[in-house]
Amino acid sequence: MWQFFHKLGSPKWFYGIAGRLMPWFLVPGLLLLLTGIVWGLAFAPPDYLQGNSYRIIYIHVPTAFLAQACYVMMAAAGLVTLVWRLKLADVFVKAVAPVGAVVTFLALFTGSVWGKPTWGTWWIWDARLTSMLILLFLYFGVIALGNAIADEKSAARAVAVLVLVGVVNIPIIKYSVEWWNTLHQPATLKLTEKPSMPPEMWVPLVLSIVGLYLLFGWLACLRMQTEILHRERRARWVRELVE
Amino acid sequence: MSFPLLQATSLSCERDDRILFTGVDLAVEAGSLLRVEGPNGAGKTTLLRILAGLHAGYEGEILWCGEPIRRAREHFLRNLLYIGHRPGIKPLLTPLENLGALLARNPGMTRDQQEEALEAVSLLPFAHIPCHHLSAGQQRRVALARLYLSDEPLWILDEAFTAIDRAGVESLERLLEKRMAAGGAIILTTHHRLSIQGAQSLDLQIHAGEALSV
Amino acid sequence: MSAMQKLPRLTPKQESVPVWPACWAVLRRDLLSSLRQRQDLFNPLVFFVMVVSLFPLGVSPEKAFLSEAGAGILWVAALLSTLLSLDHLFRHDFEEGVLEQLLLQPQPLYLIVLTKVFAHWLVTGVPLILMTPLLGLMLQLDGNSIACLCLTLLLGTPVLSFIGAIGAALTLGLRSAGILLSLLVIPLYIPVLIFGTGTVMAAGQGLPITSHLALLGALLVLALTCAPFATAAALRISVSNS
Repeated sequence: MWQFFHKLGSPKWFYGIAGRLMPWFLVPGLLLLLTGIVWGLAFAPPDYLQGNSYRIIYIHVPTAFLAQACYVMMAAAGLVTLVWRLKLADVFVKAVAPVGAVVTFLALFTGSVWGKPTWGTWWIWDARLTSMLILLFLYFGVIALGNAIADEKSAARAVAVLVLVGVVNIPIIKYSVEWWNTLHQPATLKLTEKPSMPPEMWVPLVLSIVGLYLLFGWLACLRMQTEILHRERRARWVRELVE
Repeated sequence: MSFPLLQATSLSCERDDRILFTGVDLAVEAGSLLRVEGPNGAGKTTLLRILAGLHAGYEGEILWCGEPIRRAREHFLRNLLYIGHRPGIKPLLTPLENLGALLARNPGMTRDQQEEALEAVSLLPFAHIPCHHLSAGQQRRVALARLYLSDEPLWILDEAFTAIDRAGVESLERLLEKRMAAGGAIILTTHHRLSIQGAQSLDLQIHAGEALSV
Repeated sequence: MSAMQKLPRLTPKQESVPVWPACWAVLRRDLLSSLRQRQDLFNPLVFFVMVVSLFPLGVSPEKAFLSEAGAGILWVAALLSTLLSLDHLFRHDFEEGVLEQLLLQPQPLYLIVLTKVFAHWLVTGVPLILMTPLLGLMLQLDGNSIACLCLTLLLGTPVLSFIGAIGAALTLGLRSAGILLSLLVIPLYIPVLIFGTGTVMAAGQGLPITSHLALLGALLVLALTCAPFATAAALRISVSNS
């Protein structure tokens, strides 16, 4: 019995730490992201080939980066869940999976918006967009499996297995989709073919990428706090906190 | 080397937001029988599944011959025979085929021995009839036939006597006594009245509605 | 009851147990069960044929379209039909308590899972491959493409079974397991589908296909070595949760 309460120590500890960290994620994150986006959208020079439509990369690229990084982070946490049975790792996966799905959706959406002026159509089976779509499927699977299993511990471990299987598959999927793409539409204009970007173009991009990552950190902390409160709802410290 | 075969200290298990049991200590020595008792829903089956290594959601420690069960897993499984609620019988296969498949974990059983075991549970006339044509009790007997051929020193039997008639239960009781005399250890749950000398029992109380807080 | 006449002293055994007889027993039991439940064998095959016949009806019976899309149609149909059959892979064993016994065998679960998936492929994947030449003819594929298609299916359908087994193990015992299983597994099937159909396309254009087949082979080796571990872990979780 006491052992059980002893183990609650770590979520409680994290709850406190997260609370103190969150402002440090939120404020610089917002600043960087806003600077990056405003700079990118309003002040960066237009692209010689795509004109102004390329500016959506200041949203598309950060979200696309984060969409993949988030899955890899979930896989790392999944490994921790399976090997060390750390409760926090599983809280992280559960808290972050929907965020990852939303970010992936944003990347897909901005990519397809970008497609309209570039290719003249809302959707094109471009290699990047297609692998992003499959990544979204993977996120859906993780969320669905987590919701389908009632028992918390079993759900955590099952989701961890699935995420690990998924992360092994991501490079294979990416490679196969690129290979498939060259098979079907050789050498059209690619979203990412930017041979050399001037600094006025890539600095705001880097700013918005870092900003989005920080905001992600903030959101992850917030959602993890909520999840911890829910899971530890019967523990004394949560009751005291709530009252 | 005076370790009990199986030892568990301060086992606790919580399922679906309620405590099933806490602070369960038990030790099963060679030659002893432990009967786990308690009302329905007290967690008898879960306890047995935890001891067999089938259920991972528990706190506490389980030792096999003095070694943590997670580390001694292969050795433990080699020496464990578990029969659960669901007997592990394929309905489309005959008793003989089922028995053969169940015994494949430690090979070397001849067909004659398998037929003898079926004889012991009075199923020999049905040896070649698919199990779904047999009654529930007969299907369970197929699983129980393994007991007559087992060389595993530890048995965990969850409601093994369900649907078995009186003569069958008596014959099994004699087998259990014989095993105990030979140094085998048995953990079981049953609703039957057992007449076995030297059986110990462990009572699980029901923790209905008890919240998990201080 | 001579089986219980004399009982030698029962002590814990130290020696390890042989592996192959146990695997052989698993294979034999699964194959026997499948052969006695012929309907389960037959249904995915009928499904395969029906899905294939939807395309000429739903899209176009023109020879040009069919010979262009035929390989893809057959691959997608094979994929869906494998998906449909995955439900049986562990469900019966789970409900009958056979799975518990498998988990408690002293032999490595990896090998037992490998054997079970192999047995599953023998009764679902192989019939699909045998059926493919006939359907290929109906879809106006030429002989070369049909041969290549069979070859890719021979390499690819085991991968489908192995990856699918992970999903089947994860969703074991859940309500609405069927649709959830598809949701988990389909994204993981995409590379197999791409390489499978890509190979047939290359063959149709008269290109060499050895490197393509090597890719499929690599996927098979990867699935063979990794997937049973994931499946074994998932089975432990699902049985523990039951």
